[in-house]
Amino acid sequence: MTDRALVVVRAGALTTVQDRGRPGYAHLGVPRSGALDAPAAALVNRLVGNPPDAAVLETTLNGCAVRPRSTVTVAVCGAPCPVAVGGRPAAWGAPVLVRAGELLEVGAATAGVRSYLAVGGGVAVEPVLGSRATDLLSGLGPAPLADGMVLPLGAPYGPPARVDGTPQPRPPAEIVLRVIPGPRADWFTARALRDLATRAYRVSAASNRIGLRTEGPALERARPGELPSEGMVLGAVQVPPDGRPVVFLADHPTTGGYPVIAVVRAADLPAAAQALPGTPVRFVPVRRR
Amino acid sequence: MRALPVGDDALLVEVSSGKEAQALHAELVRRRAEGALTVREIVPAARTVLLDGLADPARWAAELTTARIPEVPAHARGPIELPVRYDGPDLAAVAERWGVSEGEAARIHAGTEFTVAFCGFAPGFGYLTGLPDRFHVPRRATPRTSVPAGAVALAGPYTGVYPRSSPGGWQLIGTTDAVLWDHTRVPAALLAPGARVRFVPVEDA
Repeated sequence: MTDRALVVVRAGALTTVQDRGRPGYAHLGVPRSGALDAPAAALVNRLVGNPPDAAVLETTLNGCAVRPRSTVTVAVCGAPCPVAVGGRPAAWGAPVLVRAGELLEVGAATAGVRSYLAVGGGVAVEPVLGSRATDLLSGLGPAPLADGMVLPLGAPYGPPARVDGTPQPRPPAEIVLRVIPGPRADWFTARALRDLATRAYRVSAASNRIGLRTEGPALERARPGELPSEGMVLGAVQVPPDGRPVVFLADHPTTGGYPVIAVVRAADLPAAAQALPGTPVRFVPVRRR
Repeated sequence: MRALPVGDDALLVEVSSGKEAQALHAELVRRRAEGALTVREIVPAARTVLLDGLADPARWAAELTTARIPEVPAHARGPIELPVRYDGPDLAAVAERWGVSEGEAARIHAGTEFTVAFCGFAPGFGYLTGLPDRFHVPRRATPRTSVPAGAVALAGPYTGVYPRSSPGGWQLIGTTDAVLWDHTRVPAALLAPGARVRFVPVEDA
Protein backbone atom coordinates (compact mmCIF):
# COMPACT_ATOMS: atom_id res chain seq x y z
CA MET A 1 0.00 0.00 0.00
CA THR A 2 1.39 3.35 -0.97
CA ASP A 3 1.66 6.12 1.56
CA ARG A 4 -1.26 8.36 0.72
CA ALA A 5 -0.26 11.67 2.23
CA LEU A 6 0.73 15.22 1.36
CA VAL A 7 3.81 16.85 2.82
CA VAL A 8 3.40 20.60 3.28
CA VAL A 9 6.47 22.28 1.80
CA ARG A 10 5.22 25.87 1.93
CA ALA A 11 2.13 26.51 4.05
CA GLY A 12 1.49 30.01 2.67
CA ALA A 13 -0.04 32.94 4.53
CA LEU A 14 -3.04 30.95 5.76
CA THR A 15 -3.98 27.59 4.31
CA THR A 16 -6.68 25.55 6.00
CA VAL A 17 -8.47 22.26 5.45
CA GLN A 18 -12.09 22.92 4.49
CA ASP A 19 -15.18 21.00 3.51
CA ARG A 20 -18.87 21.82 3.81
CA GLY A 21 -18.48 22.56 7.52
CA ARG A 22 -20.44 21.39 10.54
CA PRO A 23 -23.95 22.87 10.38
CA GLY A 24 -26.45 21.67 12.98
CA TYR A 25 -24.46 22.46 16.13
CA ALA A 26 -25.03 26.23 16.43
CA HIS A 27 -27.13 25.63 19.57
CA LEU A 28 -23.95 24.34 21.27
CA GLY A 29 -21.94 27.40 20.20
CA VAL A 30 -20.27 25.61 17.28
CA PRO A 31 -19.79 27.76 14.14
CA ARG A 32 -20.66 26.14 10.81
CA SER A 33 -17.23 26.81 9.25
CA GLY A 34 -16.46 25.26 5.83
CA ALA A 35 -15.05 26.62 2.54
CA LEU A 36 -15.78 30.34 2.11
CA ASP A 37 -16.12 29.99 -1.66
CA ALA A 38 -18.24 26.84 -1.51
CA PRO A 39 -18.95 26.61 -5.28
CA ALA A 40 -15.20 26.70 -6.00
CA ALA A 41 -14.58 23.95 -3.43
CA ALA A 42 -17.36 21.82 -4.97
CA LEU A 43 -15.90 22.36 -8.44
CA VAL A 44 -12.33 21.31 -7.56
CA ASN A 45 -13.72 18.20 -5.93
CA ARG A 46 -15.69 17.36 -9.06
CA LEU A 47 -12.60 17.85 -11.23
CA VAL A 48 -10.64 15.19 -9.33
CA GLY A 49 -13.59 12.80 -9.00
CA ASN A 50 -14.32 13.50 -5.31
CA PRO A 51 -17.78 13.84 -3.80
CA PRO A 52 -18.72 17.46 -3.00
CA ASP A 53 -18.13 17.02 0.73
CA ALA A 54 -14.50 15.86 0.44
CA ALA A 55 -11.99 18.03 2.28
CA VAL A 56 -9.86 20.42 0.22
CA LEU A 57 -7.22 23.05 0.98
CA GLU A 58 -8.20 26.74 1.05
CA THR A 59 -5.28 29.12 0.51
CA THR A 60 -5.15 32.84 1.23
CA LEU A 61 -3.52 35.26 -1.24
CA ASN A 62 -0.16 33.55 -1.74
CA GLY A 63 -1.01 29.88 -2.29
CA CYS A 64 0.96 26.95 -0.91
CA ALA A 65 3.21 24.09 -2.02
CA VAL A 66 2.81 20.40 -1.22
CA ARG A 67 4.56 17.15 -2.16
CA PRO A 68 2.37 14.04 -2.43
CA ARG A 69 3.98 10.77 -1.31
CA SER A 70 2.00 8.83 -3.91
CA THR A 71 0.80 9.71 -7.39
CA VAL A 72 -2.39 11.76 -7.17
CA THR A 73 -4.80 13.78 -9.31
CA VAL A 74 -5.20 17.37 -8.18
CA ALA A 75 -7.07 20.46 -9.31
CA VAL A 76 -6.92 24.13 -8.38
CA CYS A 77 -9.85 26.57 -8.71
CA GLY A 78 -11.26 29.59 -6.94
CA ALA A 79 -8.88 32.55 -7.13
CA PRO A 80 -6.90 32.26 -10.41
CA CYS A 81 -3.21 31.57 -9.83
CA PRO A 82 -0.22 29.93 -11.52
CA VAL A 83 0.07 26.17 -10.91
CA ALA A 84 3.31 24.22 -11.34
CA VAL A 85 4.20 20.55 -11.02
CA GLY A 86 7.86 19.65 -10.68
CA GLY A 87 8.73 23.19 -11.75
CA ARG A 88 6.73 22.97 -15.00
CA PRO A 89 3.59 25.07 -15.52
CA ALA A 90 0.37 23.09 -15.19
CA ALA A 91 -3.28 23.83 -15.78
CA TRP A 92 -5.45 25.81 -13.40
CA GLY A 93 -9.10 24.73 -13.31
CA ALA A 94 -8.48 21.23 -14.68
CA PRO A 95 -7.37 17.85 -13.34
CA VAL A 96 -3.56 17.52 -13.19
CA LEU A 97 -1.53 14.40 -12.44
CA VAL A 98 1.21 14.81 -9.82
CA ARG A 99 3.60 11.87 -9.46
CA ALA A 100 4.81 10.62 -6.11
CA GLY A 101 7.46 12.99 -4.74
CA GLU A 102 6.87 15.80 -7.26
CA LEU A 103 6.39 19.31 -5.94
CA LEU A 104 2.97 20.88 -6.57
CA GLU A 105 3.05 24.66 -6.34
CA VAL A 106 -0.09 26.76 -6.02
CA GLY A 107 1.09 30.28 -6.74
CA ALA A 108 -0.07 33.67 -5.52
CA ALA A 109 -3.59 34.63 -6.59
CA THR A 110 -3.58 36.90 -9.65
CA ALA A 111 -7.13 37.96 -8.78
CA GLY A 112 -9.30 37.20 -5.77
CA VAL A 113 -8.14 35.88 -2.41
CA ARG A 114 -8.74 32.15 -1.92
CA SER A 115 -7.67 29.31 -4.20
CA TYR A 116 -8.87 25.75 -3.59
CA LEU A 117 -6.72 22.65 -4.05
CA ALA A 118 -8.45 19.29 -4.23
CA VAL A 119 -6.59 15.98 -4.22
CA GLY A 120 -8.19 12.73 -5.40
CA GLY A 121 -9.44 10.95 -2.28
CA GLY A 122 -9.67 14.17 -0.31
CA VAL A 123 -7.70 15.31 2.74
CA ALA A 124 -8.43 12.63 5.34
CA VAL A 125 -7.65 14.26 8.68
CA GLU A 126 -9.83 13.06 11.58
CA PRO A 127 -13.28 14.69 11.38
CA VAL A 128 -14.65 16.68 14.32
CA LEU A 129 -18.46 16.63 14.62
CA GLY A 130 -18.69 15.25 11.10
CA SER A 131 -16.42 17.81 9.44
CA ARG A 132 -12.70 18.21 8.71
CA ALA A 133 -12.97 21.99 8.41
CA THR A 134 -10.64 24.27 10.33
CA ASP A 135 -12.72 26.72 12.33
CA LEU A 136 -10.58 29.71 13.17
CA LEU A 137 -13.08 31.19 15.64
CA SER A 138 -13.47 28.23 17.95
CA GLY A 139 -10.34 26.23 17.10
CA LEU A 140 -12.20 23.08 16.05
CA GLY A 141 -10.74 20.91 13.29
CA PRO A 142 -7.11 20.66 12.21
CA ALA A 143 -4.68 23.51 12.82
CA PRO A 144 -3.87 25.72 9.82
CA LEU A 145 -1.14 24.24 7.63
CA ALA A 146 2.46 24.64 8.77
CA ASP A 147 5.63 23.84 6.86
CA GLY A 148 6.55 20.17 7.27
CA MET A 149 3.07 19.05 8.30
CA VAL A 150 1.90 15.75 6.80
CA LEU A 151 -1.77 15.47 5.76
CA PRO A 152 -3.26 12.00 5.21
CA LEU A 153 -5.24 11.42 2.00
CA GLY A 154 -8.25 9.18 1.44
CA ALA A 155 -8.48 6.47 -1.20
CA PRO A 156 -9.43 7.89 -4.63
CA TYR A 157 -13.17 7.83 -5.29
CA GLY A 158 -13.16 7.42 -9.03
CA PRO A 159 -11.73 8.74 -12.26
CA PRO A 160 -11.27 12.49 -12.53
CA ALA A 161 -13.62 14.52 -14.70
CA ARG A 162 -12.76 14.60 -18.40
CA VAL A 163 -12.35 18.29 -18.98
CA ASP A 164 -9.57 20.44 -20.37
CA GLY A 165 -10.58 23.53 -18.47
CA THR A 166 -13.46 25.11 -16.67
CA PRO A 167 -14.91 28.50 -17.44
CA GLN A 168 -15.12 30.45 -14.23
CA PRO A 169 -15.92 34.08 -13.59
CA ARG A 170 -12.96 36.17 -12.54
CA PRO A 171 -13.40 37.82 -9.18
CA PRO A 172 -15.21 41.06 -10.05
CA ALA A 173 -13.74 44.54 -9.64
CA GLU A 174 -16.72 45.46 -7.46
CA ILE A 175 -18.85 43.18 -5.34
CA VAL A 176 -22.59 43.54 -5.25
CA LEU A 177 -24.24 42.04 -2.19
CA ARG A 178 -28.01 41.71 -2.33
CA VAL A 179 -29.35 42.17 1.20
CA ILE A 180 -32.70 41.50 2.78
CA PRO A 181 -33.32 44.16 5.46
CA GLY A 182 -33.82 42.97 9.04
CA PRO A 183 -34.11 41.45 11.55
CA ARG A 184 -32.96 44.58 13.42
CA ALA A 185 -33.31 47.29 10.76
CA ASP A 186 -35.53 49.15 13.25
CA TRP A 187 -32.46 49.75 15.45
CA PHE A 188 -31.16 52.11 12.75
CA THR A 189 -32.33 55.45 11.39
CA ALA A 190 -33.97 55.74 7.96
CA ARG A 191 -30.82 57.55 6.92
CA ALA A 192 -28.65 54.56 7.91
CA LEU A 193 -30.72 52.28 5.67
CA ARG A 194 -30.35 54.79 2.85
CA ASP A 195 -26.61 55.04 3.47
CA LEU A 196 -26.22 51.26 3.39
CA ALA A 197 -28.03 51.10 0.05
CA THR A 198 -26.41 54.08 -1.66
CA ARG A 199 -23.02 54.97 -0.18
CA ALA A 200 -19.66 53.53 -1.18
CA TYR A 201 -18.11 50.87 1.04
CA ARG A 202 -14.81 49.09 0.58
CA VAL A 203 -13.49 45.77 1.84
CA SER A 204 -11.32 46.32 4.91
CA ALA A 205 -7.94 44.63 5.33
CA ALA A 206 -9.21 43.37 8.71
CA SER A 207 -11.51 40.90 6.91
CA ASN A 208 -11.04 37.20 7.63
CA ARG A 209 -12.94 33.89 7.65
CA ILE A 210 -15.18 35.20 10.43
CA GLY A 211 -16.36 38.31 8.65
CA LEU A 212 -15.97 40.64 5.69
CA ARG A 213 -15.27 43.95 7.37
CA THR A 214 -15.96 47.16 5.52
CA GLU A 215 -14.81 50.76 5.51
CA GLY A 216 -17.25 53.52 4.71
CA PRO A 217 -19.87 55.75 6.30
CA ALA A 218 -20.87 54.76 9.83
CA LEU A 219 -24.49 53.62 10.02
CA GLU A 220 -26.49 55.75 12.42
CA ARG A 221 -28.35 53.98 15.20
CA ALA A 222 -31.90 54.88 16.20
CA ARG A 223 -31.47 53.00 19.48
CA PRO A 224 -28.33 52.90 21.59
CA GLY A 225 -26.94 49.92 23.48
CA GLU A 226 -26.71 46.23 22.77
CA LEU A 227 -29.33 43.58 22.25
CA PRO A 228 -29.51 40.60 24.56
CA SER A 229 -27.47 37.92 22.72
CA GLU A 230 -29.35 36.39 19.80
CA GLY A 231 -28.68 33.76 17.16
CA MET A 232 -26.68 34.84 14.11
CA VAL A 233 -26.87 33.54 10.53
CA LEU A 234 -24.35 33.26 7.70
CA GLY A 235 -24.42 36.52 5.74
CA ALA A 236 -25.74 38.60 8.64
CA VAL A 237 -24.69 42.25 8.26
CA GLN A 238 -23.85 43.06 11.85
CA VAL A 239 -23.12 46.63 12.86
CA PRO A 240 -20.66 47.00 15.74
CA PRO A 241 -20.35 50.27 17.70
CA ASP A 242 -18.07 51.86 15.07
CA GLY A 243 -21.02 51.74 12.63
CA ARG A 244 -19.16 49.90 9.83
CA PRO A 245 -21.08 46.86 8.60
CA VAL A 246 -19.48 43.42 8.98
CA VAL A 247 -20.78 40.55 6.81
CA PHE A 248 -20.62 37.26 8.70
CA LEU A 249 -18.77 34.49 6.86
CA ALA A 250 -18.40 30.77 7.65
CA ASP A 251 -16.52 31.01 10.98
CA HIS A 252 -18.94 33.59 12.44
CA PRO A 253 -19.99 33.38 16.11
CA THR A 254 -23.31 31.59 16.66
CA THR A 255 -24.74 34.35 18.86
CA GLY A 256 -24.08 38.07 19.13
CA GLY A 257 -25.36 41.26 20.67
CA TYR A 258 -24.81 43.86 17.93
CA PRO A 259 -27.84 44.53 15.76
CA VAL A 260 -28.11 42.93 12.32
CA ILE A 261 -29.39 45.50 9.85
CA ALA A 262 -29.74 43.09 6.92
CA VAL A 263 -28.74 39.65 5.65
CA VAL A 264 -26.78 38.97 2.44
CA ARG A 265 -28.22 36.44 0.00
CA ALA A 266 -26.30 33.17 0.28
CA ALA A 267 -25.58 33.17 -3.47
CA ASP A 268 -23.57 36.42 -3.12
CA LEU A 269 -21.26 35.24 -0.33
CA PRO A 270 -18.69 33.40 -2.52
CA ALA A 271 -17.91 36.73 -4.22
CA ALA A 272 -17.43 38.29 -0.77
CA ALA A 273 -14.93 35.52 0.02
CA GLN A 274 -12.85 36.51 -3.02
CA ALA A 275 -12.86 40.28 -2.48
CA LEU A 276 -9.44 41.84 -1.89
CA PRO A 277 -9.06 44.66 0.63
CA GLY A 278 -10.02 47.93 -1.08
CA THR A 279 -12.59 46.31 -3.38
CA PRO A 280 -15.75 48.45 -3.61
CA VAL A 281 -18.81 46.84 -2.03
CA ARG A 282 -22.39 47.73 -2.94
CA PHE A 283 -25.24 46.61 -0.73
CA VAL A 284 -28.45 46.32 -2.73
CA PRO A 285 -31.67 45.85 -0.74
CA VAL A 286 -33.95 43.20 -2.20
CA ARG A 287 -37.16 41.60 -1.05
CA ARG A 288 -37.32 38.29 0.65
CA ARG A 289 -37.94 35.43 -1.76
CA MET B 1 -44.32 36.63 20.31
CA ARG B 2 -42.89 38.20 17.16
CA ALA B 3 -41.32 36.34 14.24
CA LEU B 4 -38.75 38.54 12.50
CA PRO B 5 -37.62 37.49 9.00
CA VAL B 6 -33.87 36.87 8.74
CA GLY B 7 -32.62 36.62 5.15
CA ASP B 8 -34.39 34.21 2.82
CA ASP B 9 -34.76 31.14 5.00
CA ALA B 10 -34.54 32.02 8.69
CA LEU B 11 -36.78 33.43 11.40
CA LEU B 12 -35.87 35.09 14.66
CA VAL B 13 -38.70 34.44 17.08
CA GLU B 14 -38.73 37.01 19.84
CA VAL B 15 -40.47 36.56 23.18
CA SER B 16 -40.56 38.70 26.30
CA SER B 17 -38.53 36.70 28.80
CA GLY B 18 -35.77 34.18 29.12
CA LYS B 19 -38.23 31.67 30.52
CA GLU B 20 -40.47 32.02 27.49
CA ALA B 21 -37.47 31.60 25.20
CA GLN B 22 -36.61 28.34 26.99
CA ALA B 23 -40.20 27.12 26.67
CA LEU B 24 -40.31 28.05 22.98
CA HIS B 25 -37.00 26.29 22.37
CA ALA B 26 -38.24 23.11 24.08
CA GLU B 27 -41.45 23.22 22.03
CA LEU B 28 -39.62 23.73 18.72
CA VAL B 29 -37.20 20.87 19.49
CA ARG B 30 -40.22 18.69 20.27
CA ARG B 31 -41.93 19.62 16.99
CA ARG B 32 -38.75 18.88 15.07
CA ALA B 33 -38.46 15.48 16.75
CA GLU B 34 -42.07 14.77 15.73
CA GLY B 35 -41.21 15.61 12.14
CA ALA B 36 -43.51 18.64 12.00
CA LEU B 37 -40.64 21.14 11.69
CA THR B 38 -37.83 20.86 9.14
CA VAL B 39 -34.99 23.19 10.02
CA ARG B 40 -31.18 23.13 10.03
CA GLU B 41 -30.58 24.98 13.30
CA ILE B 42 -32.68 25.85 16.35
CA VAL B 43 -30.62 28.38 18.30
CA PRO B 44 -32.04 29.64 21.58
CA ALA B 45 -30.65 32.84 23.09
CA ALA B 46 -31.57 35.36 25.79
CA ARG B 47 -35.00 36.46 24.47
CA THR B 48 -35.16 34.75 21.10
CA VAL B 49 -35.03 31.45 19.27
CA LEU B 50 -33.49 31.45 15.80
CA LEU B 51 -34.80 28.99 13.22
CA ASP B 52 -32.17 28.84 10.47
CA GLY B 53 -32.53 26.87 7.25
CA LEU B 54 -36.32 26.70 7.32
CA ALA B 55 -38.13 25.21 4.34
CA ASP B 56 -41.17 27.45 4.72
CA PRO B 57 -40.42 30.53 6.84
CA ALA B 58 -43.62 32.42 5.92
CA ARG B 59 -45.84 29.60 7.14
CA TRP B 60 -43.88 29.27 10.40
CA ALA B 61 -43.94 33.02 10.96
CA ALA B 62 -47.74 32.93 10.77
CA GLU B 63 -48.01 29.78 12.84
CA LEU B 64 -45.68 30.88 15.63
CA THR B 65 -47.19 34.32 16.15
CA THR B 66 -50.46 32.65 17.16
CA ALA B 67 -49.09 29.46 18.73
CA ARG B 68 -49.63 28.67 22.40
CA ILE B 69 -46.40 27.50 23.90
CA PRO B 70 -46.63 25.16 26.88
CA GLU B 71 -44.42 25.87 29.89
CA VAL B 72 -41.08 24.10 30.00
CA PRO B 73 -41.87 20.50 30.89
CA ALA B 74 -40.26 19.18 34.07
CA HIS B 75 -37.14 17.26 33.13
CA ALA B 76 -37.35 13.58 33.81
CA ARG B 77 -33.59 13.53 34.31
CA GLY B 78 -32.01 14.94 37.41
CA PRO B 79 -29.61 17.86 37.23
CA ILE B 80 -26.07 17.51 35.90
CA GLU B 81 -23.75 17.96 38.89
CA LEU B 82 -20.58 19.96 38.43
CA PRO B 83 -17.99 19.65 41.22
CA VAL B 84 -16.75 23.13 42.15
CA ARG B 85 -14.16 24.77 44.40
CA TYR B 86 -15.24 28.32 45.25
CA ASP B 87 -11.75 29.73 44.90
CA GLY B 88 -12.15 32.33 42.12
CA PRO B 89 -10.24 35.62 42.26
CA ASP B 90 -13.50 37.62 42.07
CA LEU B 91 -15.35 35.70 44.81
CA ALA B 92 -14.64 38.40 47.40
CA ALA B 93 -15.89 41.18 45.11
CA VAL B 94 -19.05 39.21 44.24
CA ALA B 95 -19.72 38.45 47.94
CA GLU B 96 -19.28 42.12 48.80
CA ARG B 97 -21.74 43.13 46.07
CA TRP B 98 -24.22 40.59 47.40
CA GLY B 99 -23.64 41.87 50.96
CA VAL B 100 -22.64 38.47 52.30
CA SER B 101 -19.50 36.61 53.33
CA GLU B 102 -17.55 34.57 50.77
CA GLY B 103 -18.72 31.35 52.42
CA GLU B 104 -22.34 32.51 52.20
CA ALA B 105 -21.89 33.52 48.54
CA ALA B 106 -20.64 30.00 47.80
CA ARG B 107 -23.63 28.51 49.66
CA ILE B 108 -26.06 30.70 47.68
CA HIS B 109 -24.49 29.64 44.37
CA ALA B 110 -24.31 25.95 45.29
CA GLY B 111 -27.88 26.06 46.58
CA THR B 112 -29.27 27.26 43.24
CA GLU B 113 -30.63 24.98 40.54
CA PHE B 114 -29.57 26.36 37.17
CA THR B 115 -30.92 25.81 33.67
CA VAL B 116 -28.82 26.07 30.51
CA ALA B 117 -30.70 28.91 28.78
CA PHE B 118 -28.53 28.83 25.69
CA CYS B 119 -24.95 28.27 24.46
CA GLY B 120 -22.57 30.55 22.62
CA PHE B 121 -19.23 32.35 22.86
CA ALA B 122 -17.34 29.04 22.49
CA PRO B 123 -18.31 25.41 21.85
CA GLY B 124 -19.80 24.05 25.06
CA PHE B 125 -20.13 27.41 26.84
CA GLY B 126 -23.58 27.50 28.43
CA TYR B 127 -25.39 30.57 29.72
CA LEU B 128 -26.96 29.27 32.95
CA THR B 129 -29.88 31.05 34.56
CA GLY B 130 -31.33 30.53 38.02
CA LEU B 131 -29.84 33.16 40.32
CA PRO B 132 -32.48 35.66 41.51
CA ASP B 133 -32.26 39.24 40.19
CA ARG B 134 -30.64 40.58 43.35
CA PHE B 135 -27.58 38.40 42.72
CA HIS B 136 -26.93 39.62 39.18
CA VAL B 137 -23.47 41.17 38.78
CA PRO B 138 -21.88 43.28 36.03
CA ARG B 139 -18.99 42.12 33.89
CA ARG B 140 -15.52 43.19 35.01
CA ALA B 141 -14.62 46.69 33.85
CA THR B 142 -11.44 45.25 32.31
CA PRO B 143 -11.67 41.77 30.79
CA ARG B 144 -8.90 39.30 31.59
CA THR B 145 -6.69 38.37 28.65
CA SER B 146 -6.73 34.76 29.82
CA VAL B 147 -9.29 32.88 31.88
CA PRO B 148 -8.39 29.26 32.64
CA ALA B 149 -10.49 26.31 31.45
CA GLY B 150 -12.95 25.24 34.13
CA ALA B 151 -13.37 28.74 35.59
CA VAL B 152 -16.89 29.19 37.02
CA ALA B 153 -17.99 32.73 36.34
CA LEU B 154 -20.85 35.21 36.69
CA ALA B 155 -22.03 38.07 34.48
CA GLY B 156 -25.45 39.73 34.40
CA PRO B 157 -28.09 37.10 35.09
CA TYR B 158 -25.81 34.26 33.97
CA THR B 159 -23.40 31.70 35.37
CA GLY B 160 -21.00 30.09 32.92
CA VAL B 161 -18.05 27.71 32.88
CA TYR B 162 -15.18 28.40 30.48
CA PRO B 163 -14.75 25.19 28.41
CA ARG B 164 -11.19 26.16 27.49
CA SER B 165 -8.74 28.91 28.26
CA SER B 166 -9.78 32.16 26.59
CA PRO B 167 -10.02 35.89 27.20
CA GLY B 168 -13.05 36.79 29.30
CA GLY B 169 -14.77 39.56 31.20
CA TRP B 170 -16.89 37.54 33.62
CA GLN B 171 -16.39 37.53 37.41
CA LEU B 172 -14.58 34.34 38.40
CA ILE B 173 -15.93 32.72 41.54
CA GLY B 174 -14.72 29.12 41.33
CA THR B 175 -13.17 26.25 39.44
CA THR B 176 -14.49 22.92 38.20
CA ASP B 177 -12.64 19.86 36.94
CA ALA B 178 -15.66 18.84 34.82
CA VAL B 179 -14.84 18.64 31.10
CA LEU B 180 -17.37 20.92 29.46
CA TRP B 181 -16.35 20.16 25.90
CA ASP B 182 -14.63 17.12 24.40
CA HIS B 183 -15.18 16.63 20.69
CA THR B 184 -14.16 12.96 20.95
CA ARG B 185 -16.98 12.34 23.42
CA VAL B 186 -20.65 11.78 22.54
CA PRO B 187 -22.18 14.20 23.21
CA ALA B 188 -19.26 16.62 22.89
CA ALA B 189 -20.96 19.28 25.00
CA LEU B 190 -21.67 18.45 28.64
CA LEU B 191 -24.27 21.22 28.81
CA ALA B 192 -26.91 21.70 26.12
CA PRO B 193 -29.83 24.15 26.13
CA GLY B 194 -32.56 23.06 28.53
CA ALA B 195 -30.30 20.97 30.80
CA ARG B 196 -30.53 21.50 34.56
CA VAL B 197 -27.28 22.02 36.48
CA ARG B 198 -26.13 22.08 40.08
CA PHE B 199 -22.74 23.07 41.42
CA VAL B 200 -21.54 20.72 44.15
CA PRO B 201 -18.78 22.05 46.40
CA VAL B 202 -15.76 19.75 46.82
CA GLU B 203 -12.79 19.97 49.16
CA ASP B 204 -9.47 21.02 47.68
CA ALA B 205 -7.77 18.01 46.16
